Amino acid sequence: MSKHDAEMIREISGVNPLKCMKCGKCSATCPAYDEMDIKPHQFVSYVLRGDIEALADSKSLWKCLSCFACIERCPRNVEPAKLIDAARQAVIRQRGNEADLSPDEIPALLDEKTPQQLLVSAFRRYRR
Amino acid sequence: MKYSYYPGCTLRTKAKELDTYARKSAEALGFTLEEVENWQCCGGVYPLGTDEVATKLSSVRALRDAKEKGQALVTLCSACHHVLKRVNDDMKNVPKVRDAANLYMGEEEPYMGETEVLHFLEVLRDKIGFEELAKKVVNPLTGKKIGAYYGCLLLRPGQILGFDDPENPTIIEDFIRAIGAEPVSYAMRNECCGGYISLRDGEKAQNMCDAIMENAAGFGAEMLLTACPLCMYNLNKSDKLPVYYFTELLAEALGVKEAE
Repeated sequence: MSKHDAEMIREISGVNPLKCMKCGKCSATCPAYDEMDIKPHQFVSYVLRGDIEALADSKSLWKCLSCFACIERCPRNVEPAKLIDAARQAVIRQRGNEADLSPDEIPALLDEKTPQQLLVSAFRRYRR
Repeated sequence: MKYSYYPGCTLRTKAKELDTYARKSAEALGFTLEEVENWQCCGGVYPLGTDEVATKLSSVRALRDAKEKGQALVTLCSACHHVLKRVNDDMKNVPKVRDAANLYMGEEEPYMGETEVLHFLEVLRDKIGFEELAKKVVNPLTGKKIGAYYGCLLLRPGQILGFDDPENPTIIEDFIRAIGAEPVSYAMRNECCGGYISLRDGEKAQNMCDAIMENAAGFGAEMLLTACPLCMYNLNKSDKLPVYYFTELLAEALGVKEAE
């Protein structure tokens, strides 16, 4: 990914990372914090610097739970989850059919109580 | 009173109880849920990207259908409620999404976000009233100590969903009081259950749910209430407390649980 992609991520997310005042509330409230290599508040800085390569490779893209805690609690309406989601979208759109979740994997992951909601949500998160 | 009703994918199969008890309770309370014809899955997750349009169309169709009937659109699943309300907000307030979606739909009259979207709990609170509900309870769940589990999708983002105070909600506690039981307030009631992560990382979801259950049990809860099939699935990975759909306890309190 390139500088051009940094612009794209700002555009898809609708987020202005310049508004961030680095209070760290997003990372403090994130239930996936421990598993993220790039933390939510750092995400904002990466986008600002245009270091999109690192974001595209980050496992944080797949660890965000879409719980919207950082969106609710951001005092400056930067809303890092929107940036994480835009980076995830950009990666998925580039990969196309090489997406992160294949339907062939699904049967082995099911149990008798697996709700459809889990499958549709996972497909929407892991691929287009 | 008739409402358009959007059950969503899971209420047909793995979360039938959530649906069945709601319909029975609605009749007992004097309103009818009229299922939207040919509804399609909402996708479970609201697409955050500002250029996402096609992924929102299934919601727009259901919203437009309700508008044509002049009815509010009621949902039960936390995720459907979340997605429908946010897409409706886009259609009302985000011209870029609204124009593109209407172009896809190709209808003569564009959809402008006119439909009122209500969670079933909001119908109970805002249309029926918890006091009125309490009067119709024939089988109060006296003495039961119940923890409300809100999770994420009912509450956040509060400004768009307008469901309740996202940090200090009271609607499920008020509901619990209305059916004669005792609500137990605990810190983690609006923490995430792990959501879709449980498909591939069941352990992570289980750890999160263990913490929620321990917290609720520590405050004296004997059971948890939820409105979300995925929360139900994840919470059940932890066996500390039993979990019920709020509609099941509602039907029990109204004396219609066993009714055909």
